[in-house]
Amino acid sequence: MRYIPNSAQERAQMLREQGLDAIDDLFRSIPPHLKLAEPLNLPPALSETEALNYFRSLAARNAIRPQVLSFLGAGAYDHFIPTITDALISRSEFYTSYTPYQPEISQGTLQAIFEFQTMICELTGMEVANASLYDGSTAMAEAVLMAERITHRSKVLIAGNVHPEYREVVETYISPAGISAETLITCAETGTVLPESLSSLSEDVAAVVIQSPNFFGGIEDVQAIAEEVHRAGALLVVVVAEAMSLGLLRPPGACGADIVCGEAQSFGIPLSFGGSYCGFFATREKYQRQIPGRLVGLAYDGQGRPGYVLTLATREQHIRREKATSNICTNQGLYALMATIYLATMGRRGVREAAEQNTQKAHYAARQIAALDGYRLRFTAPFFNEFVVSCPKPALETLDRLLEKKIIGGLPLARFFPEMKQELLVCVTETIPKAEIDLLVEALREIGEAIYS
Amino acid sequence: MNRKATTHVNQNEGLIFERSRPGRIGYRLPALDVEAAPIPELIEPSLLRDDDLAGLPEVSEVDVVRHFTRLSTWNYAVDYGMYPLGSCTMKYNPKLNERVARLEGFAAAHPYLPEALAQGNLELIKELEECLAEITGLAAVSLQPAAGAQGELAGLMIIRKCLQSRGGPRKRVLIPDSAHGTNPASAAICGYQVQTIKSNSRGAIDLEDLRQTVDEEVAALMLTNPSTLGLFEENIEEVCRIIHAAGSFVYMDGANMNALVGVARPGDMGVDVIHLNLHKTFSTPHGGGGPGAGPIAVTAELEPYLPFPRVVRETGPQGENRLRLDYHRPQSIGRVRAFYGNFSVLVRALCYILSLGPDGLREATETAVLNANYLAHHLKSDYELAYDSQLMHEVILSDKRQQRFGVHTLDIAKRLIDYGFHPMTIYFPLIVPGAMMIEPTESEGREELDLFIEAMRSIAREARERPELVKNAPHHTRIGRLNEAEAARRPVLRWKKEQKQENQG
Repeated sequence: MRYIPNSAQERAQMLREQGLDAIDDLFRSIPPHLKLAEPLNLPPALSETEALNYFRSLAARNAIRPQVLSFLGAGAYDHFIPTITDALISRSEFYTSYTPYQPEISQGTLQAIFEFQTMICELTGMEVANASLYDGSTAMAEAVLMAERITHRSKVLIAGNVHPEYREVVETYISPAGISAETLITCAETGTVLPESLSSLSEDVAAVVIQSPNFFGGIEDVQAIAEEVHRAGALLVVVVAEAMSLGLLRPPGACGADIVCGEAQSFGIPLSFGGSYCGFFATREKYQRQIPGRLVGLAYDGQGRPGYVLTLATREQHIRREKATSNICTNQGLYALMATIYLATMGRRGVREAAEQNTQKAHYAARQIAALDGYRLRFTAPFFNEFVVSCPKPALETLDRLLEKKIIGGLPLARFFPEMKQELLVCVTETIPKAEIDLLVEALREIGEAIYS
Repeated sequence: MNRKATTHVNQNEGLIFERSRPGRIGYRLPALDVEAAPIPELIEPSLLRDDDLAGLPEVSEVDVVRHFTRLSTWNYAVDYGMYPLGSCTMKYNPKLNERVARLEGFAAAHPYLPEALAQGNLELIKELEECLAEITGLAAVSLQPAAGAQGELAGLMIIRKCLQSRGGPRKRVLIPDSAHGTNPASAAICGYQVQTIKSNSRGAIDLEDLRQTVDEEVAALMLTNPSTLGLFEENIEEVCRIIHAAGSFVYMDGANMNALVGVARPGDMGVDVIHLNLHKTFSTPHGGGGPGAGPIAVTAELEPYLPFPRVVRETGPQGENRLRLDYHRPQSIGRVRAFYGNFSVLVRALCYILSLGPDGLREATETAVLNANYLAHHLKSDYELAYDSQLMHEVILSDKRQQRFGVHTLDIAKRLIDYGFHPMTIYFPLIVPGAMMIEPTESEGREELDLFIEAMRSIAREARERPELVKNAPHHTRIGRLNEAEAARRPVLRWKKEQKQENQG
C-alpha cells in the first residue's frame, strides 16, 4: 500500500524486536470470534488511474455549467472564487495540520482565524465572532440555545421566511432541551416580518429569529424589528444565509441585533453539493463567555512578543464537559481560512462591487421577467440577489420546460411551501452574464405565450 | 542539534489589516453588463451600509499570496512529519483525494440540482454509506453529521427518539471517566444527565459496577473502543448484554476506529450506534480544525430514526437504476444540518476506501497498531506506561518519572517541538495524571518512529540532567510559551485600527 511507508519486511522485523511472531499477536485482546474471518466485502483496491477515472465518471453525472445555466440560490450561492483561494488553502501547512492546540507551532492557523474573526465582526457590525461553526443552519441552532442560556426563557419565535432547512435543524436541536419554537407569520404582500406584528410579544420569549435577506430574498427592517423585540426583553437573532449581502446592506449589528449568525459559503467556498461550508457566529462582547465554539485571542510570550492562542476555553467541551456552551469540537477551520483569503483578496472595494453587481443583475432580471405577460413578482419588499416569481403555470411545469432548454430556472417553492405552487425562487449572482439572463427571460416568455396563444 | 529539526529563517508578517494601503486592488470582476440603476433607488438608503466597509483591507493579489504563504510556514503539518496526537489519528492525507474532490462535477454542483441531474453525487453518497455499513457491521449509515460531536448528538437523538416510541426517553447516559469531552457535552444537549462510570485498575469497564449502575432510567452507554487508554474493551460483548438487558443502547464513539477497520466490526460486538470521524480514520485532512465529517451507523431497528433526507436506490419507469432523496421519514429525528453533509469530505473518504480496498484497509490498521506497540516497547524504559496491557493504536505515557526533576508533561511536549515533532495529546485522558497520549498511525515509517524515540529519550535525559532546558522549551520557535491565562482574563478577540499589536516587553 503506497500510503504505508514500512515494507512487509520492515514490519516483520519490528514485530520480532518486540518478541512477537505474527501481526495477529497484536490483536490478542480482541476475542477471537469477534475478529473478521474474511476480508471486508468491499471492491478490490483501485490504482490511482482507475480511481481518478471512476470519480470522473461520477462527477460527469452531475449537471454543471456550461451544460446547464442555473439560477439556483436558496442558501448556496454561485459566486466568483479567486484562483489564489484554492492555491493558498492547498498549502500542506494549512490543510494537513490539526486544531491549533500548540500555539508555538500553529501561529499560521491562529493568526488567520484572528483575521477571520475580525472580518466577520466588521461585516456584521458585531463585537465578537467565533472561529466558525459547521454551517449556517447549525449556527442558527446554536444562537437559539445561547439565547435560552442568557434569558432563561424557553420559547423562540422564528420568522416563517427563514430558510426551511435551517428551521428544521433548529427543531432537531431544541426539542430535547425543552425549548419550543413558534412561527412568526410574515406579511403576505411584502414577504417580510412586519415590526408591528411583534408589538405584543410575550415575556416568555427568549429570542426572535429573523433572516435577512430572508428565504424569499427580501430585506428585513432589522432596526424596527430590534426595537420591538428588545421592548419585551427578548434577544434578536439575525441569520444571514447570503453573506454577500453584508457587502451592501446595513450590518445587523448596527441595527440592534444581539446575535448575527449565518453561512459564509458566498465568500470563496465552492458549492460542493451543499458542503463543506462555513458557519459564522457573532455577538456582543457582554455575551462572549456564552459563545459556542472556539475563539482565538491575542497573547504575549515571556519576552513580550505577540501571538495568538485558543482562548476562553472554559466554555468548551474538552474542559467543561456536560456544562459546556456547545458540544462542538472540530469546526470548519480550513473553510474559515478560505473565506478570510476571499475577503482579503476582494477587500473593501471588491466585496462592495460584487454585492452591487448582484443587486443590479438580480434587479435587471426581475424587471425583465415582471414585464412578461403572466409573470409577476410575488413580494414587494426590496431584495438583494433573489426574488420570487409567480408563474402563469405551476412552477414545476415551468422548470421542466426550461430544462428542455438547459436552464435550471430556480427553486420551486412548493418544495417547502405547498401553497406556493406557481412560485419560483430565482437567484442571479455576479457570475451570470446578461446574455444568460436574457435567455432565461426569453424562455419564460415562450412558455408564458404558449399558454395565452 | 538533532537529526530531524534545524532552525531556519522564517519571515515576520503582521496582520493583513496592517498591510492595507488605500487604492490597492486584489481582484477584477467583469464589467457590469446590465443597465444599472442607482442602488438607493433599488433598496431604501436606510437599509444600506454607510461605513464603506472600511474595516476590510485593501491589498493586491501579491500581498495576499505573500501574507498567507508566510503564515503557513508557522504551522507544523502532517506533510512535515509525525504528528502523534493521540485519538486524533493524524495520518497522511492522500493528494489524489484532494484532486478528486476538486473535480468540477462535484465542486460546482448546487445542492438543489434536480435529482436527475445529480445522480453522480447521490451515487457517491450511497456508495460511501454502503462501504461504511460494511466496515462497521451495521445496517444503515447517515452521512449528514458534520463532525464527530455532531454524530454523537445525532446518535443520541436517535436513541432518545426510539426510547420515546417505547414509552419514554429515560434520564441518564453512562459515560466512562476516560471519555472525550464531547460525549458528556453531546449527552447534555440531548437532554440527558451524565453519570460517570469509573474505569477499573486495568483501564476497562468494571462489569460489576456497570450491573449495579444500569437501571430503567439509563438511555445509553457511550463507549469508546478501543478506549482513550488505547485498550480494547475485552468484555465488550458482556457490556452490550448488560446494557441491552436493561432496554438501553450502546453508543460507540468511533474516534479510535483506526485500530479496528478490517479486523473487527462494532456491529458484531453488539454496538447499536457508532459515529466515525472521516477526518481521522478515513484520511480526510484536519484542515487546522475542520471540516470533518461524522457519519453515524446504526442497527436496522434504529434505521427509521436517521436524519432525513435519505438517499435511496429505486428503479425508474424504463427499468433504469436511479437514486433519489427520500424526505418522507416520519420517525426521523429531523435534520442536523442543511443539505446533505460535508460532501467535499465524503468524496475524499470514498476515494481513500476505494484506493485501499479491503486488504489495504486491514494493512493500515495492522501497521497503525504495530507502530504504537513499537513506540511503547522502546519508550517504556524511560517513561511510565499508564497501563502495561496489550495496546492497540496508541500508547499512553505519564510524566511520573520526570516529575521529581520538576519536569512535567507540558514541558516534555514543548521540548518535543525543538526536536522537530508536533507534541502528543497531553493531559488526556483525564484519569491518567500527566498523560501523554501518542498515536503514530500507519503513516510513519520506521526511521521517523526511531527519530521520535530518540527525541523522547533525549528529553528524558535532559529532564534528569538539565531540567531547566526542558522547562523553558520550546527554544527554537518564533515565539515562546504564550501567557494563556492573561489572554483569557482580558480577551482581545479582534483587531482594531487604533490598536497596534507590537511587542509588549
